Amino acid sequence: MSSNNDYWKANISLILKCLIIWFCVSYLFGIVLVEELNNLRLGGYKLGFWFAQQGSIYTFVVLVFYYAKKMSDIDKRFNVDE
Amino acid sequence: MDLQTLTLLFVGATFALYIGIAIWARASSTREFYVAGGNIHPIANGMATAADWMSAASFISMAGLIAFYGYGGSIFLMGWTGGYVLLAMLLAPYLRKHGSFTVPEFISDRYYSKTARVVAVICLIIASITYVIGQMKGIGVAFSRFLEVDYETGLITGMSIVFIYAVMGGMKGITYTQIAQYVIMIIAYTIPAIFISFMLTGNPIPQLGLGSTLADGTYLLDKLDLIVTDLGFAEYTTQSRLSQTNMFVYTLSLMIGTAGLPHVIMRFFTVPTVKAARESAGWALVFIAILYTTAPAVSAMSRLILTETIDQPKAEHNLAYAERPSWFKNWEATGLLKFEDKNKDGLIQYTGDKTTNEMVKVDRDIMVLANPEIAGLPNWVIALVAAGGLAAALSTAAGLLLAIASAISHDLLKGVWHPEITEKQELLASRLSMIGAIALAGYFGFHPPDFAAGTVALAFGLAASSIFPVLMMGIFSKKINKEGAIAGMLSGIGVTLLYVFQHKGIMFVSSTSFLGDMSPNWFFGIEPNAFGAIGAMVNFTVAYAVSSVTAKIPKEVEAMIDNIRIPKAH
Repeated sequence: MSSNNDYWKANISLILKCLIIWFCVSYLFGIVLVEELNNLRLGGYKLGFWFAQQGSIYTFVVLVFYYAKKMSDIDKRFNVDE
Repeated sequence: MDLQTLTLLFVGATFALYIGIAIWARASSTREFYVAGGNIHPIANGMATAADWMSAASFISMAGLIAFYGYGGSIFLMGWTGGYVLLAMLLAPYLRKHGSFTVPEFISDRYYSKTARVVAVICLIIASITYVIGQMKGIGVAFSRFLEVDYETGLITGMSIVFIYAVMGGMKGITYTQIAQYVIMIIAYTIPAIFISFMLTGNPIPQLGLGSTLADGTYLLDKLDLIVTDLGFAEYTTQSRLSQTNMFVYTLSLMIGTAGLPHVIMRFFTVPTVKAARESAGWALVFIAILYTTAPAVSAMSRLILTETIDQPKAEHNLAYAERPSWFKNWEATGLLKFEDKNKDGLIQYTGDKTTNEMVKVDRDIMVLANPEIAGLPNWVIALVAAGGLAAALSTAAGLLLAIASAISHDLLKGVWHPEITEKQELLASRLSMIGAIALAGYFGFHPPDFAAGTVALAFGLAASSIFPVLMMGIFSKKINKEGAIAGMLSGIGVTLLYVFQHKGIMFVSSTSFLGDMSPNWFFGIEPNAFGAIGAMVNFTVAYAVSSVTAKIPKEVEAMIDNIRIPKAH
């Protein structure tokens, strides 16, 4: 039972880590700090605009696969994989 | 071949394909009907989820919205993709582990309550029906515009196709059809975008083309900003939607709403394992991202072409109405593009100033559909776009209809009213409710209610304020009990409906709007469409408060929560 608790804690801390990045690339870089970031450029894109219309979406994709990969490792470590 | 013959050929071929799949993928058990047997490969499910999710609105309307909202349109891009991060980490794996056939079934098990199940069914049905009305309208419009048949004929044809594969195959038939529909949809969306990106910037990849330079050496987005501000419109890359607070809350509502929409969640019941559910969410997002990162390029490029064609900053360069291109005439004929020569000079003035602007109507929906014509692409590309738009509308309609049908047959009939019916009887009931759901959706398609335009707010608002919070708390908290969940759902929906109806009238009948003396968007400047996130917060708070003062959850429910949290079967 205690190992199940540790497993769940490991999951929660991984989720929190991922959601912090999720929050940063969309709400922080794409909305709250957009004006500041727009002073920087990425090719023809203003950086804040790029995060709002491109960068956040790419990051979301990477995040979901990263989570799946890490969780799969954690499943094995705690011996709870199917 | 002329355009109409080609379109008929393309649409006919895709419909033949869907029927072929229907005959091949018949469902013979309730497990096949509700969850496609539970053995769909994660990549295949990802593709089906993408088609399920991306509706006529994503395919036809979204790029047009962004073309006119500019940066403000980012809420749709972030909101409708970021929800998959929440789904992948907070809901899908655990719900898959639980192994129920429907979303209300999970709520019923977790909150040990038939009342909670019925409340969830009501939320699900309202959210799904309001959503399906839009798809029905999309199908009718696509037919009438491209094949020049009546709206009614188009609607009946589209409904018959869904009828065949959804009633025969249930989730199994829908899954394989959605995979085919995704392929058609994404080809139809990207081909014109690639052509246009290459034409404007020399870079065939639209995502890169958007950040590249035009033939004259200036960056595309800089040029666009310059042109639209010269004409008196807001600067494309910085124009906000109301306020930063509103954009923040709107994006959050769309994300939570996406994660809480039952027809999307249900797709994750079809994969074989918890691990597959996590991966499948990633694949779904990849397939969605292909369209969603192309869309902003389509938006900016079509806005640039449209503006440059019609109007030039210096008035003597304006396009003469008599010399307008043929796509302009074609869209004028549909009434979606309208010109009014206010100063009688025979030239077209297109400006941000309402008193001198002569382009009195530029419907946003024409941006994606007119793109191939504006760029002078061959007729087969235009025919392909028509087939793609239909694929988008049909795939989403089928997913929604299944969500409604299974809520009626599995949750109400089997779960609440007649638990004793056999599997065979339930399978028959599920087919009958599917027929009922299609008939109901068809009725609304023929008689679109006045409130159809405002219903997106309702669908996302309800999913965000009722379904997402109870699912998440059900998994992550052992504290939230039956009373808390029911009170939370009801108060979340209540607050959201109150705010929406206060602005738009009860059931969107504007004469019944109340509290008329209050200023619009009075709550921190948040528009009603964005209110789902606030409803969700209310739901969380009320559920927590009520649970703290009522009885603890039973021991066996605690064991159930422990079980859904770990992938391994015990």
